[in-house]
Amino acid sequence: MDSNKANRIRTVFVHVVLVFLSFLCLFFFYILIVNATRSHAQLQKGFSALPGTSFFKNFMNVANNGEFPMLRGIVNSLIVSGCSAAICTYFSALTAYGLYAYDFKLRKAAFTFIMAILVMPTQVTAMGFLRLITKMGMYDSLLPLIIPSIASPAVFYFMYSYLESSLPLSLVEAARMDGSREFRTFNQIIIPIMKPAIAVQAIFTFVGSWNNYFTPALVIQSKDKMTVPILIALLRGADYMNRDMGKIYMMILVAIVPIILVYLFLSKYIIAGVTLGGVKG
Amino acid sequence: MFMKPKRKKVNYSKWGYIFILPFFLSFFIFSLIPLVDTIRYSFYEYYRSGIKEIGPNFIGMFNYTELLKSDMLKYAGNTLILWLIGFIPQIVIALLLASWFVDIRLKIRGQQFFKVVIYLPNLIMASAFAMLFFTLFSNKGPINSILLSAGLISTPVDFMGSVFGTRSLIGSMNFLMWFGNTTIMLMAAIMGISPDVFEASEIDGCNSRQRFFKITLPLIRPILAYTLITSVIGGLQMFDVPQILTNGQGNPDRTSMTLIMFLNSHLKSKNYGMAGALSVYLFIVSGILCFIVYRITNGKDSDY
Amino acid sequence: MKKKVVCMLLAATMVAGTLAGCGDKTGGDKPADKQGDTSAPSDVSADEGKVINIYSFNDEVRNRIQLVYPEIQETSKDGTVSTLKDGTEIHWIINPNQDGVYQDKLDEALMAQADASADDKVDIFAAETDYVVKYTDADSDVAMPLTDLGINPDSDLADQFDFTKTVACDANGVQRATSWQACPGVLVYRRDIAKDVFGTDDPEKIAEKTKDWDTMKAAAEELKGKGYYTFSCYTDTFRTYGNSIAEPWVAPGTTTVKVDQKLMDWVKDSKEWKDAGYFDPAVKGQWNADWFNAMGSKSKVFAFLFPAWGIDTQVKPNWDGEDGSWAVTSAPLAYNWGGTFLVAANGTDNPQHVKDILLAMTANTDNLVKISKETSDFTNGKTAMADAAKDDSYASDFLGGQNPYTYFTPSADTIKMAPLSAYDQGCVELIQNAFQDYLEGKVDFDKAKSNFETAIKERYPEITEVQWPE
Repeated sequence: MDSNKANRIRTVFVHVVLVFLSFLCLFFFYILIVNATRSHAQLQKGFSALPGTSFFKNFMNVANNGEFPMLRGIVNSLIVSGCSAAICTYFSALTAYGLYAYDFKLRKAAFTFIMAILVMPTQVTAMGFLRLITKMGMYDSLLPLIIPSIASPAVFYFMYSYLESSLPLSLVEAARMDGSREFRTFNQIIIPIMKPAIAVQAIFTFVGSWNNYFTPALVIQSKDKMTVPILIALLRGADYMNRDMGKIYMMILVAIVPIILVYLFLSKYIIAGVTLGGVKG
Repeated sequence: MFMKPKRKKVNYSKWGYIFILPFFLSFFIFSLIPLVDTIRYSFYEYYRSGIKEIGPNFIGMFNYTELLKSDMLKYAGNTLILWLIGFIPQIVIALLLASWFVDIRLKIRGQQFFKVVIYLPNLIMASAFAMLFFTLFSNKGPINSILLSAGLISTPVDFMGSVFGTRSLIGSMNFLMWFGNTTIMLMAAIMGISPDVFEASEIDGCNSRQRFFKITLPLIRPILAYTLITSVIGGLQMFDVPQILTNGQGNPDRTSMTLIMFLNSHLKSKNYGMAGALSVYLFIVSGILCFIVYRITNGKDSDY
Repeated sequence: MKKKVVCMLLAATMVAGTLAGCGDKTGGDKPADKQGDTSAPSDVSADEGKVINIYSFNDEVRNRIQLVYPEIQETSKDGTVSTLKDGTEIHWIINPNQDGVYQDKLDEALMAQADASADDKVDIFAAETDYVVKYTDADSDVAMPLTDLGINPDSDLADQFDFTKTVACDANGVQRATSWQACPGVLVYRRDIAKDVFGTDDPEKIAEKTKDWDTMKAAAEELKGKGYYTFSCYTDTFRTYGNSIAEPWVAPGTTTVKVDQKLMDWVKDSKEWKDAGYFDPAVKGQWNADWFNAMGSKSKVFAFLFPAWGIDTQVKPNWDGEDGSWAVTSAPLAYNWGGTFLVAANGTDNPQHVKDILLAMTANTDNLVKISKETSDFTNGKTAMADAAKDDSYASDFLGGQNPYTYFTPSADTIKMAPLSAYDQGCVELIQNAFQDYLEGKVDFDKAKSNFETAIKERYPEITEVQWPE
């Protein structure tokens, strides 16, 4: 009885904490949305909790601005983030599988090496990276934003941990007995097993790539190749745009809506995936 | 942990090399070559004055000694403080939430909703989030006007005018952006623990606190290590949030200037030599940090 | 129309003789028949490039060129491409000033200029007063001397304000940029506050109160008595001090930043004003939400120091009350703030078009009048502006029917431009920033000084020393 009562109190407490945290998380979205519906003059008058009437006007201002091609930016960001997430998770899984399932001389060395570069901040190589891609003729293109994500030590480490916890090697052997080739084994047997891990990491990578400002700012020069974060930064920096805060809020809103949609779509898989397999270190 | 002797490895070692080839190829091209380039220029005087290039002239260790004389260590301290302010609440709350979410006895309603919501802030780009905070907490911004009209304060609070205020804002932004992510990771780890273990503990009369500290925590140590390492790296790379909140200056009195902001100001002035040397320092520091974290979390069974 | 330009230029040439522009060394080496060319925008030679790339940091340059360059046929809806009557396209490449984005992109393009294909070459770029010297530098030679284009500053630009020409010259006195704009600053004040405190909102009466800093201080005390702030913050008054420095921040050929006594005066006076409560304590620095808010109807701030563009692009959009609530009067000290220059990039493949655009924008009185009427810019023509000061059609509804040119024009006549250096942008930004901490009471005076030294050396690696006045 007592423990039941204690549990009920705990349950209430837990719900209070959760509601409070959710409030904190949603509060900022709420303010963003409200402000995106108000005109600059209304915003000047001070904060109000009620939405204004300029939603459509602000949206048209954002959509029709050639200096900040937002829709083009969203398409670019989708391409970059989508491709990055796909190749990053695929190759990380491949590498993790390669190191996990096969025994070869340099195996330990390779693993140690990846763990060592796990901590290398990307900014450290920024300068050299820029010179390199300029020499390779990839300056001002989307490719250097995508291809390097093949080598993502952190994603690799996650995949490796996952394989350790959920892939018995006997399964691989069984497949081999059935005459399955190595690549086919990986693509048709291993990948499905790793789906939950891939889903989690795919969205993390997608989000990371979508929000990445540092590298695109370095690489992209022309307007029609800019990704969303650069456009936002450009917009913020444009002094004459400060005259219309409503438009700025709208732009941020437009920039985060696609990713929220992707997230809501994928969240089912993530949370389901977590419940199914789970990751054990 | 990777050294676990596997009973029967299939002997197809060439496939091992083939499978890991793309990773290493991409790493060598896009990370290693640039890294070597960066290191090389750290020994040169090489910058741009107006639109004229100065250098590159070889100057040995000059950039390195010059940096040691600068405020670099102060910025390292700032980075550490800012990271801790965000990370400590983040890991505590995330552990709590994760253990609640997996605790069936709690009967949390709308679990799915909460899980989705707490992860949301992680989706906004840091720069936009910082911009939003900047507006919200400005002297005449919404937060001050709410506090004023509620009668809680009589004059606007100058959040970004004090060291404490600025740092707390940066810390809480980092917290809000990352605690959901960490929760999901930890939850995944806890759910990976075999239910048998929990059942056994229940039979042995474990209360939930004991169960958390004696069973859950030790068993999820690898994923905790992962969280810690990625967070350390993230902390070391902290840039967007303080950069935008303080307009790149780390005001007041440069107390919120992080290492990457410092690096950025060198990159911005096209001072390739100095930026190179700073990058090398950063590289060394991150290596050491990671080693320490690795040792601590793997503790006594680091040979395992 | 064409005839009129020629006439006007010829007339201008005659008065130009005595002017102290900077064309002295270059005026002689071009034949006098150059003026003939200026009137022939349509007979463009066949070997001109197909694309004119114009780099700029906002839409003001595009809007004004569209307004006055008759060759433009149409502009795409998103504002990125304009087509000329002869089929040539103007590509507008706009990047914002902040965080150095504009200059970064421009510098990259200029450094690649020699290897760029004809259609990618920079043809014209815009530069603000704060950094125009970086580009007009004779050694880097990225800006084409106007005489090489066939523009004679002494004759073609004779009607421009002299200080705008001095600014656009390199160290040898060769003019390499030209502006349609002069930016004499005035004091913009709230009529309702003036009535409340001084009993009148008449600009002439208010001018009595603002004629110099000592009188102004007495007025500030009166304002404070009624609960108003004189200015929003210390950065607002910066330009009046910063514009009257005696020596450049960094003298040519040296690597020492010399902080002028005037700037220390700014710090000292600002501290005094701040402590006396003449500034709005909620506002810290310019270009942020609090500052914009101070221009709103709920604000207690009496006045701002702005040139013409400030009234139009800052006060007006941020004001949420009735029109006619503001007025202008003379500032305690004449000063210039801002101004955009047009620069012809060396290596341009469209020299004829470039020349036409530059002349149409900066040397044609009719066009300047048009720009002033349409955009409220104070334009760079002495004749036009003298006329505007007497012309009631320039009265502004926003200023309650006042003609602001009656205050702009006399101010422009008295401006003595401070000596510029290529480091001005960084120096101004960083000194404001370093001493903000001091003025807000976060650090002591010496710490603010050393923070400035650190920041300036970070921004400009070649700077070796900072000298402070005694």
